[in-house]
Amino acid sequence: MIKLDHVSKTFGGANEVHAVRDVSLEIAEGEIFGIIGYSGAGKSTLVRCINLLEKPTAGSVTVDGQELIRMPLPGQEKKDRPTELPARELRNVRKKIGMIFQQFNLMPSRTVEQNVAFPLKGSGLSKEATAAKVKELLELVDLPDKAGAYPSQLSGGQKQRVAIARALANDPKVLLCDEATSALDPQTTRSILELIRDINRKTNITVVIITHEMAVVKEICHKVAVMEEGWVVEEGTVYDVFSSPRKPVTRSFIATTSNLGKVEELIAAGDPLVAAKPGELIVRLSYGRTNVSEATISEVSRRFNVDVSILYSNMEILDGAPLGGLVARISGDKVQEAIGYLSEKNVVVEVLKRG
Amino acid sequence: MAEFLSSIIPNVVLRSDQLWRAFGETIQMVGIVGVLAVLIGIPFGVLLFATKPGGILQNRPLHFVLNKFCDVFRSIPFILLAIILLGLSRLVVGTAIGVKGAIIPLLLATIPFLGRQIEGALAEVPGGLVEAAQSMGCSPWEIITRVYLKEAVPGIARGVTITLISLINFTAIAGSIGAGGLGSFAISYGHGKNLPDVMWTVLVIIIVMVSLVQTIGNYVVKKTTH
Repeated sequence: MIKLDHVSKTFGGANEVHAVRDVSLEIAEGEIFGIIGYSGAGKSTLVRCINLLEKPTAGSVTVDGQELIRMPLPGQEKKDRPTELPARELRNVRKKIGMIFQQFNLMPSRTVEQNVAFPLKGSGLSKEATAAKVKELLELVDLPDKAGAYPSQLSGGQKQRVAIARALANDPKVLLCDEATSALDPQTTRSILELIRDINRKTNITVVIITHEMAVVKEICHKVAVMEEGWVVEEGTVYDVFSSPRKPVTRSFIATTSNLGKVEELIAAGDPLVAAKPGELIVRLSYGRTNVSEATISEVSRRFNVDVSILYSNMEILDGAPLGGLVARISGDKVQEAIGYLSEKNVVVEVLKRG
Repeated sequence: MAEFLSSIIPNVVLRSDQLWRAFGETIQMVGIVGVLAVLIGIPFGVLLFATKPGGILQNRPLHFVLNKFCDVFRSIPFILLAIILLGLSRLVVGTAIGVKGAIIPLLLATIPFLGRQIEGALAEVPGGLVEAAQSMGCSPWEIITRVYLKEAVPGIARGVTITLISLINFTAIAGSIGAGGLGSFAISYGHGKNLPDVMWTVLVIIIVMVSLVQTIGNYVVKKTTH
């Protein structure tokens, strides 16, 4: 549905800023695709390259089989001439790419109803058909009774619901969400994400979500790309990326929602919680996709006659599969054999401290 | 009532015909110039704003010209502007005196003033709204009419209010160089013939006019702010 091919965006001026560098991504129809990164990583610029609110300085953008822009790659300026959709056609394409924003961007002087009807002007719908469409959209986002309210009378979550209704008015094939939940509290975030997931299931709309919140990606994305300094440094299914992160930035995002990383700080600080007597080991066990449902811990305990006391554990269900691990104190005569057995079972064992 | 007025503002009552004529002239000047200034000044301000570098209809040469036009006419004190433009007025409307003669200088003082107010009002429309409209496939023209002008209505109402009030002020100055109206009446009788009651009466009338414009302006701003 969306194909970015070697897309770069450089902002000119005295100090050139390389906001997006050589990004190639393919996003399939019906997918919910997350792009995660810290502020300044280039993710907002990247998502704007999809509907050409920002024009890439190199590379090509294709949406729903239509190439919107092709800019020559560095070193190819001569043979590859830039091509770009004419402004009028681009505007028609944009009607099929809905977008929602962190700050909602509703028109304050228009009512909810008028905001949702805004993109329908010029669509050829009659007054009655427009009214019916607006009603249907407001029901979809669960705000049927707010039609006559002004945006200033709504809560943040309600504003984003209106923005979603507005973004869907022209039955787009793609929904771009630019930090759409970053201004909302966790509970409202969850309800907005649920709404987006429902819409995705009902209409098979392709969704691109820009966020700096790991929780958002975990909650609804199928695939994720991690961005840092303009590059996409890691990409894949949410499960693969977060079960075996390869880059430090990815690990740091995982650490934001897991407490398994904190144990190192505690050990460094000599916290009694993680003290180990002679013969005891403090270990971190990380589970992969296959083994978590088996009763590995109690089995190890029984087979090798070791004591395992769990200090922390953090399990997540990602994309329908469990992911996580635990930190434990383990002691007994056959500790080494127990660790060997766990490794055989695909559990990654790291010894953090020996007593 | 007539007796009461005769006792406190005798010189005004004696010249009530002239006062009414002067009032009519002021209303005429404010009305004609006000309407023309709004019709020309709003598009002018929109153009001034939209052609800015980075604006939605970015056009450096045009913006340079409009911007300089604004600066030049806003820096000339109105009394000098009116005198400088005597020749132009004669050429365009056939006379340099009276209400007709005052229209050209009043317009040239008012349009750049209103233009700047409109420019400021549009600049207050959040960029995110424009970006949202662009993402919905709006053309630059739609963005101007459906986003900028619509969302800036309170700011535009404020700008028009301030402009009309300075226009009332300008017409009084125009009166001093032969345009007629309340300013002229106050200067010739209140000041020239040293009749303080004439001066004070004219002041009160002007204060009432200004307050009325401001009140209407505030009402529109309040009604259009959500």
